[in-house]
Amino acid sequence: MTFEELTTHIENLLGAEAILRIDEQCTPGAIELAPTDLLKHMEVLHADEQLYFDQLSCITGLDNGPEANSMEIIYQLYSIPFNHHLTIKVKLDREAPVVSSLSSVWKTADWHEREAYDLLGIHFEGHPDLRRILLPADWEGHPLRKDYKHQEYYRGVKVAY
Amino acid sequence: MADTVQYIFDRKNLNQSEPQKYREEDLRREEMIINIGPQHPSTHGVLRLEVVASGEEVVDVIPHLGYLHRCFEKHAESLPFNQSLPFVDRMDYLAAMNSEHAFAMGVERMLGIEDKIPKRVEYIRVLVAELNRLASHFVALGSYGMDIGAVTSFFWMVRDREHILRLLEWVSGARMLYNYIWVGGLFYDLPVGFEGRCKEFVDYLKPKLSEFEKVVIENKIFVDRTANVGVLPLDLAINYGITGPMLRGSGLKYDIRRADGYSVYPELDFEVPVGKGEMGTTGDCWDRTWVRVRECYESIRIIEQALVQLTGDHKRTRDFDPRAMVPKKIRPKAQDLYVRAENPKGETGFFFRADGRSDIPFRCKARGASFTNLSIISEIARGGLIADLIAIFGSIDIVLGEVDR
Repeated sequence: MTFEELTTHIENLLGAEAILRIDEQCTPGAIELAPTDLLKHMEVLHADEQLYFDQLSCITGLDNGPEANSMEIIYQLYSIPFNHHLTIKVKLDREAPVVSSLSSVWKTADWHEREAYDLLGIHFEGHPDLRRILLPADWEGHPLRKDYKHQEYYRGVKVAY
Repeated sequence: MADTVQYIFDRKNLNQSEPQKYREEDLRREEMIINIGPQHPSTHGVLRLEVVASGEEVVDVIPHLGYLHRCFEKHAESLPFNQSLPFVDRMDYLAAMNSEHAFAMGVERMLGIEDKIPKRVEYIRVLVAELNRLASHFVALGSYGMDIGAVTSFFWMVRDREHILRLLEWVSGARMLYNYIWVGGLFYDLPVGFEGRCKEFVDYLKPKLSEFEKVVIENKIFVDRTANVGVLPLDLAINYGITGPMLRGSGLKYDIRRADGYSVYPELDFEVPVGKGEMGTTGDCWDRTWVRVRECYESIRIIEQALVQLTGDHKRTRDFDPRAMVPKKIRPKAQDLYVRAENPKGETGFFFRADGRSDIPFRCKARGASFTNLSIISEIARGGLIADLIAIFGSIDIVLGEVDR
């Protein structure tokens, strides 16, 4: 399916009001969904016969900085049998970035969401095991936030070098 | 700070920085926690496996990562695109050319110069990437043999890998971390005489590889140790986002070189080997290893074809400049892009957000194949023996530089 066919098909499935924005500047083409009902919508994309996005390639968390005051989470979906791609973007509130976890749909989401939680501080509701994955458990802050300042000392060792 | 003591005693420093997921009091009476790693040869780097064992049986495995975390993504947010390339090398350090290829391809796609790259450059990229794929698979196969007790395999594979590393050193000046494939071109053209020596090497390698296959892969001890062990069903593999030889070992004919047809791969003739469960069940450790061996043969075929092209239609000319298309200033239009490529370990992807105002990416996310492939470990090792855990772990073939990034 081409991107236009994908978007019209998804519009029919989810309803026009579910799609907030269609972004053709993105490669592969992106649609923006609201954080509410995300899990339900993604389940539809995963299970629909004509879409069948069976692979979640990547989850990218993104901080737009304190001025823009928003965060984004970007899902790369791919369907192996139909060979079509789709990007799903979800905009989050930067003060309390919460989105529902997709690990019940794609298990890939488990570790990728833990990474986004670790590096950006995005919380995933319903995640089975939301611990830090790359940084130590007692590390302060989330390094990929644009206003991140590293802590001065970590366990008595100076962090700056 | 030089004259003062940096480290002060503090009782809370004695706490574990990466606590166990399981606590002693949650375990049943016969269960115990065994830590494998972070410094252990069978973890292939610095990785800690928290194993809950009941006797010899594995009840659960929790991998603890991050010992090699350098935050590539944070670095990339402060460096221009072309200067991030050396950091990309250090992600999957066993297959640096392949990651470079993916990264350069993504940036070229954002700049819209992907179609303007000269064919000779693309063939050289494919040639060095496939050489590197061989080198990476050799480490995987050699160290896998070592993991389950066959020392010969490691020596043989490292011996042959050395030839590849020397060839690549001749090309780029470095043995492992090349910075050879640049955005828009290459660091240098191939050295004079390279094609001949590369052909010599390929001819030397083919009998060595079949010898390896006979002695190690079809060896009865090896088969007994890996067949029917760590069976990964296909639906589970897809749901976990497993890619590369692991997915193909589970029986799916899926290769991004074929599915996406990037670079000059559509012009090349090669097969995509899949696991068939010849020695046991489809998707077991033996299948995954066998797929890697078959892929080595396919890589050799690709190298031979690339060499024919590089000495024929796209041969070296006096005025050929591999840097002709290298942009002076890399400033893509504001856009998002996800690019992916087939690395020896699976799908390596990069997500870029360019803001259109600077030559520094606003966000650069790397999707490591090893990171995603490793997440399956607890699923397929559960219920097996501890000795099988090592066999399963080795067959996943991870490189910690890419897991932790």
